[in-house]
Amino acid sequence: MKEKEYRYASAAHNGLLFLKSVPGVAFGDRVSIRDQHGRKRNGQVILSSNELVMVQILEGTDDVNLEDIWVRFLEEPFEMPLSPDVLGRVFNGIGEPRDDRPPIVSRLRRNVNGQPLNPIARAYPREFIQTGISAIDGLNSLVRGQKLPIFSGSGLPHNKLAAQIVRQSKLLGEESRFVVVFAAMGVSYADAQFFREDFESNGVLGNVVMFTNLADDPPIERLILPRTAMTVAEYLAFDLDLHVLVVLTDMTYYAEALREVATAKGDVPTRKGYPGYLYSDLAEIYERAGRVRERHGSITMVPVVSMPSDDITHPIPDLTGYITEGQIVLSRELNNQDLYPPVNIPPSLSRLMKDGIGKDDTREDHPRVANQLYAAYAKALEVRNLASIIGPDELPDLDRKYLKFADGFEQRFLAQGMDEDRSIIQTLNIAWDLLSGLPRDVLSRVTEADLARYHHWNSGT
Amino acid sequence: MTDRGTIIEINGPLVRARLPGIASGEQVRLGEMALTGEVIGLDGDRALIQVYESTEMLRPGEGVTPLGYPLSVELGPGLLGGIFDGIQRPLKNLRDQAGDHIPRGLDVPVLDRDKLWSFTPNPELKAGQEIRGGILLGKVQETASIEHRILAPPDISGELVELAGAGDYNLRQVIARIHTPLNGIRELKLFHRWPVRIPRPYARRHEGVAPLLTGQRILDTFFPLLKGGKGAIPGPFGAGKTMLQQQIARWTNADIVIYVGCGERGNELVDILESFPQLTDPYSGRSLMERTLLVANTSNMPVVAREASIYLGVTLAEYFRDQGHDVVMLADSTSRWAEALREVAGRLGQMPVEEGYPAYLASRLASFYERAGRVKTLSGESGSVSLIGAVSPPGGDFSEPVTNHTKDIIQTFWALSKPLADARHYPSVSWIESFSDAVEAAAKWWSKEVDPNWQEKRILALNLLSAAEELARIINLVGAEALSPQQRWTVEMATLVREGLLQQNALDDVDSYCSPQKQFALLDLIIGLYQQGQELVKANVPVSALLALPLLSRTRRCKNLYGNDQLEELTALGREFQEELEKLHRKYEEQKA
Repeated sequence: MKEKEYRYASAAHNGLLFLKSVPGVAFGDRVSIRDQHGRKRNGQVILSSNELVMVQILEGTDDVNLEDIWVRFLEEPFEMPLSPDVLGRVFNGIGEPRDDRPPIVSRLRRNVNGQPLNPIARAYPREFIQTGISAIDGLNSLVRGQKLPIFSGSGLPHNKLAAQIVRQSKLLGEESRFVVVFAAMGVSYADAQFFREDFESNGVLGNVVMFTNLADDPPIERLILPRTAMTVAEYLAFDLDLHVLVVLTDMTYYAEALREVATAKGDVPTRKGYPGYLYSDLAEIYERAGRVRERHGSITMVPVVSMPSDDITHPIPDLTGYITEGQIVLSRELNNQDLYPPVNIPPSLSRLMKDGIGKDDTREDHPRVANQLYAAYAKALEVRNLASIIGPDELPDLDRKYLKFADGFEQRFLAQGMDEDRSIIQTLNIAWDLLSGLPRDVLSRVTEADLARYHHWNSGT
Repeated sequence: MTDRGTIIEINGPLVRARLPGIASGEQVRLGEMALTGEVIGLDGDRALIQVYESTEMLRPGEGVTPLGYPLSVELGPGLLGGIFDGIQRPLKNLRDQAGDHIPRGLDVPVLDRDKLWSFTPNPELKAGQEIRGGILLGKVQETASIEHRILAPPDISGELVELAGAGDYNLRQVIARIHTPLNGIRELKLFHRWPVRIPRPYARRHEGVAPLLTGQRILDTFFPLLKGGKGAIPGPFGAGKTMLQQQIARWTNADIVIYVGCGERGNELVDILESFPQLTDPYSGRSLMERTLLVANTSNMPVVAREASIYLGVTLAEYFRDQGHDVVMLADSTSRWAEALREVAGRLGQMPVEEGYPAYLASRLASFYERAGRVKTLSGESGSVSLIGAVSPPGGDFSEPVTNHTKDIIQTFWALSKPLADARHYPSVSWIESFSDAVEAAAKWWSKEVDPNWQEKRILALNLLSAAEELARIINLVGAEALSPQQRWTVEMATLVREGLLQQNALDDVDSYCSPQKQFALLDLIIGLYQQGQELVKANVPVSALLALPLLSRTRRCKNLYGNDQLEELTALGREFQEELEKLHRKYEEQKA
């Protein structure tokens, strides 16, 4: 069908443009608009009938003269042109260059919404990625093809942690590094610049594709941005066989943009005003990470989710946690003690860890050590609580050992430098140093053989 | 394929079309892309259609073709070991035809039409005999462990004209001809279709009598579910819902397991697909995949098919029940199904009641769970469908509508606890919040099959746990030193119950599955120790002396040390303990003297 063009719209508000009596417009069609000042805007059809067409305008509907407007229906969905030249470039949410260089020209263009991956085409992720960060490698291991978000809060060092993961991540015994797709939604210029400089100072900028929609850019474009970014990530991973690390920051601003549009459309609000389809919408983005059978590349995803008021039950982190394969939770309390990285261990989890660690992947004792550290730290936190009420001197001997364990765990295991790249063996050895401060018979999560091999007899009881 | 209609409006997965003469519930194909949809409402000649696939680039003015039947499932040999999407398209064939991604509008047959099956006719049937729906026509050995019984469709009755003899048949061939009074001759094949939203009929319902065993101590021993029962597993993210469901799918003593991944992660299904073929069914000794059937509508697949996937799963379950099998259907997660209902209701402009859910949420949940049960089938056999639904409450809040309504309907409630999961206590089933209405019935079975003292010991263990819970509050206020020796022993023994009995590592080779006999042996050992110790503490033997016994730390580990076939070691350990305790007692008696 031919492109259609109209010179008149009947209403515009809250980022939505309404046209009457425009028959046969496709749902999801891409729309190009020129306002009375000659400025171009982009839109997408979100409801279509012969009587009424509703178009969502990515740049918003402020300052639009309804009687002096050009609306063109392009007869195509949003697509991203793809070629190896995307590496080293900076784009906006719909794939237009933001770096003063020419647009990508390619015959290969893909719908940014992608198509759902057939579950049986997936390969189960099981290759351990060493991030050099003990809290992750030792206790919440990341594997290639996993989606592991960082749940954070305002003022917490999630950007530093994400940058450190990007910098240090590698596969044991392999030299190949990751290429990075970086998607910034609603973050400040300073935050985006921090990543850019970090990539630059590590000389990896040529292996990074950046998509930015900053805090002062039109928010509705954020709804397309992660989809465009994932389209590029899929191309790099499954067409070019590269291992891709995707950083999405900050998914909370994405979800807020979604709520803004949903409210304007009149969708039924559910918890905290978010639409009922927030879960499915987030899943459409997150589930594009993974591995595919018979394909060499992979997409590993680290989304950053800032928890409003540090509330992990807020719909955005909550629904994210139901989709992603675990979460790294940051703690304000540890951060206030100047501890980096301030990972809140009890609620943190990596679901894919079990298949990526152990005998042939990291070290034979790793799964049980992780389990034991969790259990001992949980017990130690209970004791610390008690100590704050009745005083440490009143505690039995064993409990005092637990207190010492908790301190050592935080200061020696969790805490590390922003440039400190620990091997998994170093991480596990620190763990055993700490566990050796506890008597052998309370360590029920490790085996007798583990104890014989790694528990230091002398420093023990 | 008549009565073509025209699309009027597209609003996400909902389409309005002019479609006179269509029935509500009928399936349609939309537009040039031939997307599949279902009529969910009628208003004069306007039909409201929910579309199972993305409607992107569909436009008003395109045509609609009715298919003439409601959303139905194909039932016949070739289902087991398969993986289907929410509208029963086989995902393996989809990939062979279309590659790694699922395209739209693809139409592939559900069951392989050309595969030959060795059919043995029912020797009791003779030509001229009266046939009722659900009667056994013959048998096909579908997998080495599962016999597939070929049943007449439940809605048929008439006179048998001809039944095929023993031999190899494919799904295109006719195996029986039946003369029906209303429709003349009907030809039956090895498979038939059934609409998913209508429960399959049965002769009558029976009470549940046998527990559905899962090999998980916290479930079997403490909060049992019966064959034919309904259970729910609510839990916040990260509490281990999926892991627990997979453990049930792996170890349950049902004949057939139907696992519905409804709006969940793709990688979880891959995990099952990759691991199950390598695991053996503990009862038949065959590959687990031979008794398993997967329905997958992962979270990135279209939301409307998610709503259908639950009904697809339960209809498949009923079909195998009708063959006289015990079937378990696991639905992970019913919350995503409820959310799909909510999404459609919202787009229809229906009045939201609680958290945006429509008013009919509770009744839909109830009628779904009501399809569970132990029945006498139309062919006179006994079969059961047990339904286990995972619930994903937002923020882990059990008072939200889906958890709350589910709780009213089900018999067994396995509540997962975030604090337990955070301390890596798995399965993180809370012994405070969980409940089971099936204990009485299960007790009869345990007492007959395992040990008459099951119920008594079980209650002692639960009382011990709740007493310790009370004492934990005191400890948190004033410290453990304030406890009496009796109380201290209670706290220590409750810890032993938690660590030595309730915790069960799914990844441990020895302990992943625990037989009912071993479950009871461990319970008996620990409760025996608790009671004998209690006597000693009463006789002023210091608790520290009891805790110093080296046998104690062995007891903590003995779930991993001794397999299901080493029960005599557990009994020996119990005797050893008794001797040690008696020795200790004598020593202190002598000191006193």
